[in-house]
Amino acid sequence: MWAYIIRRILYAIPILIGVNLLTFLLFFVVNTPQDMAVVHLGDRYVTQEAIDRWIVTNGYDKPTFYNPKAQGIDKISDTLFYQQSMRLFTFNFGTSDTGREIGHDISERMWPSLALAIPSLLLGLGLNVMLALLMVLFRGTQIDTWGVTICVALMSISGLFFIITGQYVLAKLFKWVPISGYESGLSAIKFLALPVLVSVIAGIGSGVRWYRTLFLEEINKDYVRTARAKGLSDIAILFKHVLKNALIPILTGVVVLIPSLFLGSLLLESFFAIPGLGSYTIDAIRAQDFAIVRSMVFLGSVLYILGLLLTDISYTLVDPRVRLN
Amino acid sequence: MMPFKIDILWTDAVFFVLLASIFILIFFQRKQMKHARWTQVFKNKVGMSSAVVLFFYLCIAFLDSLHFRPELSQRLPNQETLYATQVESVLDLILSPLDVQMETTYAAPFATTSFAEEPHLVQGQVVYDFEPLRYTAEHIPPDTPTLTEISHIMRAALPLTGLLTAVTLVVIFFLVTLGSPTRIKALFIRIIRPAPRGVCWRTFMITWVLMLFLCTTLYYLSRHYHIFGTDKIGQDVFYQAVKSIRTGVMIGTLTTLVMLPFALLMGTLAGYFRGVIDDVIQYTYMTLSSIPGILLIAASVLILEVFMNQHAQWFASTAARADARLFALCVILGLTSWTSLCRLIRAETLKLRELDYVLAAQALGVRNLMIILKHIFPNLLHIILITIVLDFSGLVLAEAVLSYIGVGVDPSMQSFGNMINSARLELAREPTVWWPLAAAFIFMFVLVLAANLFADTVRDALDPRKAG
Repeated sequence: MWAYIIRRILYAIPILIGVNLLTFLLFFVVNTPQDMAVVHLGDRYVTQEAIDRWIVTNGYDKPTFYNPKAQGIDKISDTLFYQQSMRLFTFNFGTSDTGREIGHDISERMWPSLALAIPSLLLGLGLNVMLALLMVLFRGTQIDTWGVTICVALMSISGLFFIITGQYVLAKLFKWVPISGYESGLSAIKFLALPVLVSVIAGIGSGVRWYRTLFLEEINKDYVRTARAKGLSDIAILFKHVLKNALIPILTGVVVLIPSLFLGSLLLESFFAIPGLGSYTIDAIRAQDFAIVRSMVFLGSVLYILGLLLTDISYTLVDPRVRLN
Repeated sequence: MMPFKIDILWTDAVFFVLLASIFILIFFQRKQMKHARWTQVFKNKVGMSSAVVLFFYLCIAFLDSLHFRPELSQRLPNQETLYATQVESVLDLILSPLDVQMETTYAAPFATTSFAEEPHLVQGQVVYDFEPLRYTAEHIPPDTPTLTEISHIMRAALPLTGLLTAVTLVVIFFLVTLGSPTRIKALFIRIIRPAPRGVCWRTFMITWVLMLFLCTTLYYLSRHYHIFGTDKIGQDVFYQAVKSIRTGVMIGTLTTLVMLPFALLMGTLAGYFRGVIDDVIQYTYMTLSSIPGILLIAASVLILEVFMNQHAQWFASTAARADARLFALCVILGLTSWTSLCRLIRAETLKLRELDYVLAAQALGVRNLMIILKHIFPNLLHIILITIVLDFSGLVLAEAVLSYIGVGVDPSMQSFGNMINSARLELAREPTVWWPLAAAFIFMFVLVLAANLFADTVRDALDPRKAG
């Protein structure tokens, strides 16, 4: 087990280096330090000296990948790529354009993101599985047909629609919840209620359909026929046997998401003004703050790879047939 | 001399190539088509009607892709003809004069007077009153109740609906039967008495006539009213929504087109040759897919923006620039999303290469390239088709989200995302301005719903696990 985990972590390193290289190419080669300096210093009235000074003070004057002037290991390490990208491995994200410590910002903004993402995930998962079980229980009847129809219709509605109408109806017309904003502590509940509701509703369509397919696949297997032959009721079969066996694919879908919950939701957080990582990213994109976007890309990849690892491990825990080697 | 100059934008060209290749494919495959598994789609009522709806959307996108620049009335002293800098499409021509801004500000759907009271001078005093709208005032006699007028207009639209129905159906039936009287007779019998496992010709007829009726009625209504009102600057919202269709369709189709060659090439290479090639390709797509999609897209678009600002001189007009950005967006979306298809194709190729007929071909000394082309590719087609239709709806929805974040299409381009984005704050106004949002959502909903339903039937028809 441990050997497997260590091997997987070692596998992850080249992938992360690849991610790093890719973002580095995107942000530094296409968009040269010269361009960055011009953007930072303002388009007009900027002299070449000012640009050069900016490049030197921000450490962008180093060679890109290989420094022939340096000695020994510094040939590699005293370069733009190493200085700008490799430090991400130690989670040292540097400072943003506004001069704030990115690492500090991230650790602070992580919590509102989690406060929104965890309830959304749990409620959504519970509701979707329940609805899907219900539809499978009534499979072949009008309830099932209508359920699938409603699911397809819900899938066809843009998530933006749920957000905007939710805000309009519940917050503006009925004034049940504030339109947007955030407070830490328990008072966060009233700010989070609407975004959580919206994200649950927006996920119903695809979620219920997916789980319904899973359950239907499971229900055609032999052990279900055996259980029915034993005289078990439909409900008992569904909840005791089918649900238990279908948990494995459900788990795959969910565990891989867990680490990425930290990243938050771009749309929800920015619409509801929740100071999480999602709105942090969106603000950075709009302000063209490349340092933040780059850090978030790296963090996102790390969390995704972590999610894959967790999925594999959780497999062995729930399904003893799966061996890791 | 033509009174206009044809202007083919980048996305137009690619879109035409796409349509042409589909036609060629259908033309050459028409013999085999009868028994092809994908024709099952048209034996399903839902599949047939969603296909018709999608076809209408495609037609609108096509009309909106025929771009030209009209001739200007002024001439240079040396008698050289001048063309407008503004690119127009055939759709603009059909819908004109809706493309010109007509009102001063918001107007409600089917309204004949302005939305808010406007000041004017009456005998030296400022009086606030509702102004008659410029557009409706021209076309509608004053003091007719809106409902009577609407029913009038709808009745006036009927002859055109009838004519269009007759002409299009004759053409379609001729194409299907190639004029053979026995086939025509068989077709009419199928329409009157649908066979349980035959092509749903009756569903086709009903949907076709309904869609034609809808189009002509909306067209006639748009001649007299602002069907979906006007937006903040007095632009007709119905016009914007119709124009947004092209952007959505382009993103949905071109993106898949861009990603297909990548995914196909990489997937088959990795699956067929294994070894080092497989490792390298797997590493590439693992790396790409481990970056959260939306962040990678955002980062790429940011870079694209910087790049386009540096090379502003490359683009002749704002339309060309917006179009280049749309095309680049499709490429970016394609490059960031080929990994999942590549994975599927690799897995399928791994299975296919172990099959007996591949072994037989290898034993006979057939070259690898020929084996891939003749034995592997045809067996991957169903995966590709399923992916194309499944991705379409997701991409249309993604466009709206990307435009909201600010990494979507050019802000000057009409798209559902831009419409939603600019209309978002209007719900907070008093009284509420709801129609731009409603229009964008309705047009988008119908498109995405049709695409989703169509994708479902395609998947059911092609999925080998379901064939029985």
